[in-house]
Amino acid sequence: MAVASNTGLGRALFGAALGLFASTSIAANAAEQITFVSQGGAYQKAQTVAILDPSAKKLGITINQDSIPDAWPVIKSQVASGKPIWDVVDVPTGYCLRGGEQGLIEKLDFSKIPNAAAMPEAYRNPYSVAYEFYSSVLAYSQKKYPDGATPNSWADFWDVKKFPGRRALRNHPIATLEAALMADGVAPDKLYPLDVDRAFKKLEEIKPNITVWWTSGAQSAQLLNDGEVDMVMAWNGRVSALTKEGAKVAYTYNQGILQSTSLCILKGAPNLATAVKFLNEAVDPVHQANLPLHIDYGPANPKAFDTGVVKPERVAQLPSAPDNAKKQALMSYAWWASPDGEAAEKRWVSFVQK
Amino acid sequence: MTHSTPDLSLRHHRREQGLMLALASPALLVILLLIVLPVGWLAWQSIYHDGFTLENYRRIFSEAIYWRSFSLTFQISLLVTVLALLLGYPIAYAASVVPKGWSVLILALVILPFWTSVLVRAYAWLALLQRTGVVNQFLQYLGVIDEPLALVHNTFGTVVATVHILLPFMVLPLYATMQKIPHDLMQAGASLGGSPSHTFWRIFLPLSLPGVLAGTTLVFVLCLGFYITPELLGGGRTVMVSLLVSRNVELYDQWGAASAVGVVLLLSVLVIFLIVGRFIPLDRILGQK
Repeated sequence: MAVASNTGLGRALFGAALGLFASTSIAANAAEQITFVSQGGAYQKAQTVAILDPSAKKLGITINQDSIPDAWPVIKSQVASGKPIWDVVDVPTGYCLRGGEQGLIEKLDFSKIPNAAAMPEAYRNPYSVAYEFYSSVLAYSQKKYPDGATPNSWADFWDVKKFPGRRALRNHPIATLEAALMADGVAPDKLYPLDVDRAFKKLEEIKPNITVWWTSGAQSAQLLNDGEVDMVMAWNGRVSALTKEGAKVAYTYNQGILQSTSLCILKGAPNLATAVKFLNEAVDPVHQANLPLHIDYGPANPKAFDTGVVKPERVAQLPSAPDNAKKQALMSYAWWASPDGEAAEKRWVSFVQK
Repeated sequence: MTHSTPDLSLRHHRREQGLMLALASPALLVILLLIVLPVGWLAWQSIYHDGFTLENYRRIFSEAIYWRSFSLTFQISLLVTVLALLLGYPIAYAASVVPKGWSVLILALVILPFWTSVLVRAYAWLALLQRTGVVNQFLQYLGVIDEPLALVHNTFGTVVATVHILLPFMVLPLYATMQKIPHDLMQAGASLGGSPSHTFWRIFLPLSLPGVLAGTTLVFVLCLGFYITPELLGGGRTVMVSLLVSRNVELYDQWGAASAVGVVLLLSVLVIFLIVGRFIPLDRILGQK
């Protein structure tokens, strides 16, 4: 973790140096610029084509990019230094909330972000607005569970008699506790505040059948692909990537846990006004609709589905498509950022360790 | 003139000392800047956060997860050290007694995996040990087992891969020591009627002890801080101390919560060496030339 953030910081400094270098030559025609940070890889490339480049063009600004797997430690140290380098970050929504409470993130004025103001209230909070959706879904091997005998709910995942086989869950309480409660009969829209004791009790039940508690998305996909496990909770994009490669695996959105990353602005960001303008542009329905054309993540702005940019058969595959969203539970980042949520997160290690 | 001679040699001695200090100073400076200062700063963070606090240490001594992880980490490190010694000693011995060409080959085989990234080797072990991996498939093909064995995603897999990764750190110091043991000594022992095993136990083994000590220390200490291997091969259950360090950075939003774990680990290693030093004359063994 520390290593990752150090290289990220190094890259940020390097990027800033490059930015300085570049700005001297283009300062004349591009006075406004921001530094945008996401998680890199195919995901950041897809955003660049779908959202970042079109936004930069439309607003006439320069968007300098940086990437880091876990931005949180760097956000903290940049703001603590009093001179942050980054403006806008794309991070798990919980970070924006926690950062907002700790004074690391700017409070947003939604009157200046009309695109976000038009989005459902559950998709935004005083510090951030949802940027894209993914889902923690129940995925399984089709070799082990052929058509007609496929697991379709967390109750099925927990039912080792009806669905014998090896299982894996994420080594993290977020979304896992939600799944446990749904397995125990709690309705997807009645999850919060989570009954943490009940969730851990239910997890104890399935624990002997969990072969691996996975830590990275790549690992969850590898486990399923190699037949190391037959059933796994995984992120939808990871599973659909396997299907594209021809793996005999499938997943269901039923009782999936709909999660998002959000955009937020660092406290004291060097280009605050431009950052707010960018935030509004980034959740524009058309840009948002372009994102799933390049990667398996769903737009955060539901209006994207009215633009006609995304074809119906593609819509059916996306986690945030209205028909899929209504089968799922919407993650409450506010709950996870609350003292109860933090306590549940701390409790996790003692659960897996025993 | 007569009384100036000691003066001269003293001055010479001083100048030599100054030169040595000057020669060593770049290295000392690097150690100061890259090790002493950061470690000191981290240790300071663990007791100072908006004022003096022992909260980070109170947590470590009151929550059971820390005790469990520390005890697991020491158990695994001890096991890995013993296994690495049992595997590494014969290898180093063979390399030190065979003709030059063979010893180069043996050492090359030991060092070769050393050049491969730890991450790659962890994944290689995954490919070998998992349910559909080479080992399980071969055993099933032979009919030794019906169901695949759980060889990885647990402590077993972690230990196997860790021993493999740390083996060079055992073999190299052992070889360096053994190579210096004069073979005449064993021949002398034999000429006095000692059997091969007798000369080995009474002459070779005691003389190789500095290497054993250096190797076991290196392997044990390195293993205490292992992160990637238990993370990838431990199945999420093998929560070694390093994993708690990274967890605490995420959970408590301050370096101190994580660095306190590191400080406790560092101190417990020092205490162990102090205790070991009481029973084993470390300086005498390591002082042998």
